[in-house]
Amino acid sequence: MNSSGWIQLALYVGALALITKPMGLYLMQVLDPKGKTWLDPLIRPLERLSYWIMGVRAEQEQNWRQYTWAMLLFSLVSCVFTYAILRLQNFLPLNPQGFAGLTPHLAFNTAVSFTTNTNWQSYGGESTMSYLSQMVALAIHNFASAATGIAIAAALVRGLSRHSTQLLGNFWVDLVRVTYYLLLPICLVFAVVLVSQGMIQNFKPYTTAKLIESYTITVQKTDDKGQPVTTNVAFTVSAPKLDDKGQPLMTNGVAVMVDVPQLDAKGQPVMTNVPVMVNQTVDEQSIVQGPMASQVAIKMLGTNGGGYTNANAAHPFENPTPLSNFLQMLSIFAIGSGLTWYLGRMTKNQAHGWSIWGAMLTLFLAGTLFCWWAESGGNPIHQQLGVAVADGNMEGKEVRFGIFNSALFATVTTDASCGAVNSMHDSFTALGGLVPLFNIQLGEIIFGGVGAGLYGMLVFVVLAVFIAGLMVGRTPEYLGKKIHSFDVKMAMLTLLILCLTILGFSAWAAVSDWGLAGLNNNGPHGLSEILYAYSSCVGNNGSAFAGLTANTPWYNTTLGIAMLFGRFLMIVPVMALAGSLAQKKLVPASAGTFPVSGGTFIVLLIGTILLVGALNFLPVLALGPIVEHFLMLQGKLF
Amino acid sequence: MKQLFTECRAALMVTLIFAVVCCGLYPLAVFGISQVLFRDQANGSLIVGKDGTIHGSRLIGQQFTLDKYFITRPSDAGANGMAYDPTSSSGSNLGPTSQKLNDAIKQNIANYRAQNNLDTNAPVPADAVTASASGLDPHISLRNAELQAPRVAKARGLGEDKVRELIRANTDHANLGFLGEPGVNVLPLNLALDALMAK
Repeated sequence: MNSSGWIQLALYVGALALITKPMGLYLMQVLDPKGKTWLDPLIRPLERLSYWIMGVRAEQEQNWRQYTWAMLLFSLVSCVFTYAILRLQNFLPLNPQGFAGLTPHLAFNTAVSFTTNTNWQSYGGESTMSYLSQMVALAIHNFASAATGIAIAAALVRGLSRHSTQLLGNFWVDLVRVTYYLLLPICLVFAVVLVSQGMIQNFKPYTTAKLIESYTITVQKTDDKGQPVTTNVAFTVSAPKLDDKGQPLMTNGVAVMVDVPQLDAKGQPVMTNVPVMVNQTVDEQSIVQGPMASQVAIKMLGTNGGGYTNANAAHPFENPTPLSNFLQMLSIFAIGSGLTWYLGRMTKNQAHGWSIWGAMLTLFLAGTLFCWWAESGGNPIHQQLGVAVADGNMEGKEVRFGIFNSALFATVTTDASCGAVNSMHDSFTALGGLVPLFNIQLGEIIFGGVGAGLYGMLVFVVLAVFIAGLMVGRTPEYLGKKIHSFDVKMAMLTLLILCLTILGFSAWAAVSDWGLAGLNNNGPHGLSEILYAYSSCVGNNGSAFAGLTANTPWYNTTLGIAMLFGRFLMIVPVMALAGSLAQKKLVPASAGTFPVSGGTFIVLLIGTILLVGALNFLPVLALGPIVEHFLMLQGKLF
Repeated sequence: MKQLFTECRAALMVTLIFAVVCCGLYPLAVFGISQVLFRDQANGSLIVGKDGTIHGSRLIGQQFTLDKYFITRPSDAGANGMAYDPTSSSGSNLGPTSQKLNDAIKQNIANYRAQNNLDTNAPVPADAVTASASGLDPHISLRNAELQAPRVAKARGLGEDKVRELIRANTDHANLGFLGEPGVNVLPLNLALDALMAK
């Protein structure tokens, strides 16, 4: 944990604090249908035209049911749109590498994944997706799912700030305005800055480069038609060598073994097909191209996280320099952080907004420092072999980012529901890998996914004031609203869905052949791989312990369902809560009202979050990363 | 029913509008601007020789094994024993208690010590024996380059000072002086060494 890391951390936190208010102020304008922005002259006509084509009356607000139905309908339609393109990409243009259409289960998983803002990827982008699929089928959700999340958060905040009404705003208006005024303009600038750092943006086929030093590999021979060639040989088994007398031949007390053909019941040798292997010289490198920057900008800003390439933000094109890395990390938190300011302004309680920001920052710093400490400590097993101790754990990390920026990125991407990675979490030390996993299981409420982070956090706030109310024995109040049993039930429902879906699916996979077949690691780390996969999907994160081979019908389908549960079964209770809050009358604050700002509130809020997270997930974490840590210290290998 | 119809129309139309605006106009605008302002970067930062041969990209590593070249990190990008294959970027994804990872690192350490003439118990830079996240890492650490310099100098009959000079010339420093870690970019370094010999 060197000084350069501390300086970078200070810079990151400082930059985040600086952009929070401007972002919040701008959100005020964007989320108000009558709000004025400096982009109005440019975008207003496009906005009006869109409403006209859609047949939407912008001034007509919706109650929580209508708002939710509109959101669900949009998600369904856009999901089907993506599914269709992915299945048919081989018939569509902009496919210079000639990739085939996706299998039904992979297309289902991917379409759901991008619709739910998860961006779990059972595929490697550079070897699966055409430019059209990347740019249209996937990127449309990078915008739409982000705008949807922000819209839901805005509806909940309106529920808090309004009283004695049914109306929460208009989903279509929120969706369109967030996309046009917030996401598009920032991404346009951001993408060009990313290109300046070395990110690609073109429509060329992959470039072939001549290697400086060629090398030889052994591959299976193929015939003229490209079919693999095999040859029929006798199947052999190992048997003791016999001498002339039929006695086993011994050397130093051990039987000498030889390979003999295996015979079937009729005494005929059993034949088997084996591949014919040939040596092949590799003297070329095929360099990936495509419209990457436009997609990466929104993947980060919208906390989507779906990589253009398999290695995601670890790929030198997708994250070329430490500066691009810094900007990407900042953009992940930008909107989530601004939304806390928006909350404070809308509820006329700015101290409340900053207190929530403070609770988020505290949890963020705790995670970052713990992860950084674990990774810079390195792996004692490998240090025993001769790896320099001061270098920390570099397996699965890039030199230009080093230990600190890898640990910081891992924490940021899982505090938010982004899921992009600049290092391979699967190869983290046991405790280093625990941090991203636990962050996801807390519900990604630390700044969080755009919108999703705020409404997830507000669920915990409701729970915290409820607990505070129980402690002093009076009906809990939150921002002048009495919190009744319905509100607490809805809040609890979202937490139970999170916990039950993660643990339920993980348990199922852990005892099934299909679940174990996908593992890349044995021992407790295998359980961590499964647990991480379902946590990531239910949490709509999308990062992975990527050794898991998830592109199978079972995994694709169950993970797809987990993502749907994690997104929509969360949003519906949240919207019901918003509707319930909006209807309530205001009660004036009294001496007995629990203040929702300041140190006591922050401590109570963090306590509630950690208590719920620990109660739900500590038992399974003890069987995964925690026991692995102790086995690692003992030098046990699997 | 009429309500449902209007909502369906809105859902369908907004999907199509977004497809045009966010997935058509926006990427094309980024394409246009970046091809004008940052043409080299937007097309992959390619290293093109005088004869027009494309040697690779400044950002993408290649595999090297010979003594006369600086050697890049172990790579898990590629199937069938391929390495540094940009169409298949990946790390090893092996965990801290993996036997397979342990064996690989043990082997890499032995090779590294033997090739660079180090003591049998000398600590080895972590980046030299571990696979990167992308499998395409173009960089090695400064310490790693320093340990390889005598071997490369000897194999080429060059002075070590000359080799160190080239290392410095091909070092990417931390951005703004403190963001990220410095690293030596191996492909341009090896090309520079070859160019020096060709003179």
